[in-house]
Amino acid sequence: MSILIDENTKIIVQGFTGKIGSFHAQEMIDYGSNVVGGVTPGKGGSTHLGLPVFNTVKDAVKETDAEASILFVPPSYAADSAMEAADAGIKVCVAITDGIPSHDMIKVKRYMRRYAKSEKMTMIGPNCAGIISPGKSMLGIMPGHIYKKGSVGIVGRSGTLGYEAASQMKELDIGVSTSVGIGGDPINGSSFRDVLARFEEDPDTDIILMIGEIGGPQEVDAGKFAKENMKKPVVAYIAGLTAPKGRVMGHAGAIVSAYGESAVEKVELLKESGVTISKNPSVIGDTIKSVLEGQL
Amino acid sequence: MDIHEYQAKKILSDFGIGIPRGGIAYSPENAEYKAKEIGGSCWVVKAQVHSGARGKAGGIIICNDALEVARAADKLLGKKLVTNQTGPSGKIINRVYIEEASDIERELYLGLVFDRGSECIMVVASTEGGMSVEEISNKKPETIIRSKIEAAVGIQEFQAREIAFNLGIETGLISRTAEVIEGCYRAFSELDATMVEVNPLVITKDKHVLALDCKMSFDNNALFRRNDVSELRDKSQENPSEVYASDRGLNYVGLDGNIGNIINGAGLAMASMDMIKSAGGEPANFLDIGGGATPEKIVKAFKLVSSDEKVKVILVNIFAGINRCDWVAEGIVQALQTIKIDMPLVIRLAGTNVEKGNKILKESNINYIEAHSLKEAASKAVEALKKIEVK
Repeated sequence: MSILIDENTKIIVQGFTGKIGSFHAQEMIDYGSNVVGGVTPGKGGSTHLGLPVFNTVKDAVKETDAEASILFVPPSYAADSAMEAADAGIKVCVAITDGIPSHDMIKVKRYMRRYAKSEKMTMIGPNCAGIISPGKSMLGIMPGHIYKKGSVGIVGRSGTLGYEAASQMKELDIGVSTSVGIGGDPINGSSFRDVLARFEEDPDTDIILMIGEIGGPQEVDAGKFAKENMKKPVVAYIAGLTAPKGRVMGHAGAIVSAYGESAVEKVELLKESGVTISKNPSVIGDTIKSVLEGQL
Repeated sequence: MDIHEYQAKKILSDFGIGIPRGGIAYSPENAEYKAKEIGGSCWVVKAQVHSGARGKAGGIIICNDALEVARAADKLLGKKLVTNQTGPSGKIINRVYIEEASDIERELYLGLVFDRGSECIMVVASTEGGMSVEEISNKKPETIIRSKIEAAVGIQEFQAREIAFNLGIETGLISRTAEVIEGCYRAFSELDATMVEVNPLVITKDKHVLALDCKMSFDNNALFRRNDVSELRDKSQENPSEVYASDRGLNYVGLDGNIGNIINGAGLAMASMDMIKSAGGEPANFLDIGGGATPEKIVKAFKLVSSDEKVKVILVNIFAGINRCDWVAEGIVQALQTIKIDMPLVIRLAGTNVEKGNKILKESNINYIEAHSLKEAASKAVEALKKIEVK
């Protein structure tokens, strides 16, 4: 097993026929993901990359039984597309788009409250690299080949730092059950805690790597959740020890504005919750290895 | 994006909130004229810079006649104001705001922010206006009132009224105060703000509710639909390197160290800075050139980082995901043909086609130090710096 997606998950691409959408749709198909079609309003009825194009997400779901979608929609329309996916019955939606206004994301999250828990879509991102369950399916923009199949669950904000961790692990012959990028924005679809809860339930995941950064309360909340509700060990690295207070570090959400939001404070609070800390980004793989071997 | 006090006050006024009479001035003569136009016998001359704590830094001067106003403006204009928020280099004062002085009875604090925990807009208020919100939460945390607003329906009258009562506002001014809170909320939500802070919000002796000072910040991601707000940007208040970077689609933050960084991805950039620190060095900047790391962006990044006089060594760390290392390497070689870098250069490539990428770099005639891991890259950069320092 894995979380969120596997080889059977039927995927549609929103913003399918655009340049970026086309490129990454092809990458996903080449990886072996079960892409069944795409949505571009106004181009319904045509074929793209050998797959059907639909005008609306509802049409796509009706014709293909798609359960997951990935958004390559410009920031000004992305929130609307996410709500369309939720309403069409999509179960997992990854928003790759960087630059969605925070007010729009709040609107999306409020909108999704109308659905019962069993009907509610899980949104991942925005401003993220997406999800990969190595050897099964990729619903994202990551280089699939750097992930080896295995038993470590990864959840992180950053794309390239997540790749760094995955490649350190691959060198040590450590594999990944699923890697989830929750994105660098202040308001996101799923939090660290939401993803940890899924990994705890997944029989194929033995240990979880959490790659956090400065800003916001989510890493510390996830630590508390792990302490109170999880049996599986959690390893964490928090980026931004050298980041100055009050400045946005690339990701819109990476800004220290309150107690508990700096890297030093997050590391301290996570340690209190029993999370094992990778003290710098070059030993993420080694830290996981030693926890796996029970040497700590 | 931050704006000036006078701009924020104009917005508040458009949303029905009372502000003292005032006007902007660009010269001492202009300031004197404005004071006379406003009338009265006491004015406050306020330096317009993007920073709080201006009063303590000497940026706010109280004047009792119009000539004094001219003198105060002369003293401030063209100078750099250094506050505890601007950093040691300060911020240039290009305009002053002349305002009638208010006879203050009570000073309150009112702020609106995104609360990332609850994902709501949060109104924060306190009876202890005039202090910064950090100071209030340290010294008088019991005075802080918080109220979460449901974004879908907006602020309700009862919520605004409740805050006003909790602030101990006298009965006759409750609805006026509630209107101020609702106005701030509307400004926040209708203009895609990320922060609206009225500090202090005052009750005057003649029973007016006025915004005496105001700070606003806006969501950069929403500026595409907010022309009125975008127009208020004042680049003179921003770090020139950061303006250069943001105009070219790069994410740059200047720091105090001497190892320059060129990285793709915000998380990897922060991690590389941490690694430099852990190897005993200090990063000169944060720079994320984006996941794609195109040759054009690499050229711009080299120009930007090498223009910082503090930089003695440059560290390039690119993890090629969807793009390939050979392509990134070609971009680096091209970049170094257009600009001359006269300092040690450490390059670490990782990811797709890394061998091909390193081969291209080696076979080019660029002078660089090769590194294979994050750790090696950071320690080689620090070593290179030490060699220069010995010389």
